[in-house]
Amino acid sequence: MRDISFLKEKARELRIEIVKMLAQAGSGHTGGSLSAADIVAALYFYKMKHDPKNPQWIERDRFVLSKGHAAPVLYAVLSLCGYFDRALLSTLRKLNSPLQGHPCCKSLPGVEVSTGSLGQGLSVANGMALGLKLSGIPSRVYCLLGDGEIQEGQIWEAAMTAAHYKIDNLCAIIDHNNLQIDGYCTDVMNIEPIEEKFKAFGWNVLSIDGHNMEEIVGALNEAEKIKGMPTMIVANTIKGKGVSIFEGKAKYHGVAPTQEELEIALKELGNGKN
Amino acid sequence: MGKTECSCAIAEISELYGKDMATRDAYGITLVELGKKNPNIVVLDADLSCSTKTINFAKSFPERFFNMGVSEQDMMGTATGLALTGKIPFASTFAIFATGRAWEQIRQSVCYSHANVKIVATHGGITVGEDGATHQALEDVSLMRVIPCMTVIVPADAYETAQAVSVAAEYYGPVYIRLGRAKVPSLMPKDYNFQIGKAYVFKIGKDVNIIANGIMLAEALKASQILNEEGIDTGVANFSCVKPLDEEVLYNIAKASKLIVTAEEHSIIGGLGSAVAEFLSENCQKPLKRIGVRDTFGCSGNWKELLKYYGLTAENIVQTVKENLKK
Repeated sequence: MRDISFLKEKARELRIEIVKMLAQAGSGHTGGSLSAADIVAALYFYKMKHDPKNPQWIERDRFVLSKGHAAPVLYAVLSLCGYFDRALLSTLRKLNSPLQGHPCCKSLPGVEVSTGSLGQGLSVANGMALGLKLSGIPSRVYCLLGDGEIQEGQIWEAAMTAAHYKIDNLCAIIDHNNLQIDGYCTDVMNIEPIEEKFKAFGWNVLSIDGHNMEEIVGALNEAEKIKGMPTMIVANTIKGKGVSIFEGKAKYHGVAPTQEELEIALKELGNGKN
Repeated sequence: MGKTECSCAIAEISELYGKDMATRDAYGITLVELGKKNPNIVVLDADLSCSTKTINFAKSFPERFFNMGVSEQDMMGTATGLALTGKIPFASTFAIFATGRAWEQIRQSVCYSHANVKIVATHGGITVGEDGATHQALEDVSLMRVIPCMTVIVPADAYETAQAVSVAAEYYGPVYIRLGRAKVPSLMPKDYNFQIGKAYVFKIGKDVNIIANGIMLAEALKASQILNEEGIDTGVANFSCVKPLDEEVLYNIAKASKLIVTAEEHSIIGGLGSAVAEFLSENCQKPLKRIGVRDTFGCSGNWKELLKYYGLTAENIVQTVKENLKK
């Protein structure tokens, strides 16, 4: 197993790429990309079976970024893994770039399904998990949701489906940073108690600190052992995590760093360290 | 883009030739035959399997059938995921719920991902009957036609339905097939070969040509018989494939016509009539009248009464031709 310090370092590299590409693009979703960086690092550099040289490898584990607006964290991890040249990150959101504002699976290798309209990814992840089971392929499907996203009714349709069909090769993760565009989730439309809701829907629910790499790794391993039901990891996170000026601020949901903010961010993230 | 013609040669398709049968019944039969031939075919339904006739498949292949309950949005997403692992999902429910309730899932998850999902919706149009406006899809063809990558098919009879469903299974990409509840007569000839993007011409008329699909093809053929007997040279073409539209055949028909009439069991806004009007106005301007539901909701009633009530009959076509054909 790769050690925890390696995964932490990868998460730091992801955050650096995220702020750089967003500042270059001049628009995009900073807060929710940074809050998910540790989870995504643990998935791609530790947990998931995948092959950047063969993105269509039939036995790969699948990752569905249901919170598609966090595209920068996905693009960062795919480039760090070697799915495409890191230079491409600077084309984010530009005309003719395969790095669309929200992920498009037809334009970029490694993106499993197009997402961006919230609430749709969990259903797709269910379908993938069912398809893999039907084919006898022992792969797992991971689906990352936003917490504001679970206000969408389709999430609860999919939550029923996953439990009804006992989709135990699925592990969903909620990036629970408690902020959405208009403010705190608890103010905009209360989503609590998340854990109890998913338990009531028939899920195995794990609750962790989504920035504690030991806890993330532990939960992903634990989820794999659970049979007969899907697992939901509620990862408690901080929006904008890693850069003090972005942390816990709803404003940075959909705003990219300015050049000044980028410099502060890179300094805090220790850009230039190996 | 995959194949647009069927090479699977299912013997059972030819058994549906000449049968007077609801297109949904033909779907139910064909799906089972496809399931026997291709283990990748999976079927999803949203608690209407007895009405959509996917129940036949569910009984034959329970491990490949997913009842999603009353949740059309989740059904389209799940179908997308299944397609992305190499399955060929057929997702069925009533046309209004498939295309209306789950429109955005079809646009974002299915089509933007170019997922190989087949949406076969039954209970299209006014002939749903007694259930009334909430269950009568008069906008579905329009809603599906507007989405990039989507193929839109409205078969006219059981034989054509069986072929269209089989072709859809072999073609790679999203397909919408609109079927009906009511029993329809056999219309397509034995040597008919459905192809995506191809219209079938019964005859090209020198005066009038009627372009129809679905249940209105039968009315168009009746109308043409009446008009031809009265000396108005009238042709009929089956444009079951609304998208992609057979522009070559449409152009040839338009060139020969003094008047074109479209006939569909759908709103005149956005469906076959609109598709034809769009093409003609840009490429071959000819007088055009559209028969369809004129920007209103449906209502409860016997389906045959409703066709008369909304002006969807051979008589309405004949009258429209006589009022608009300049001698």
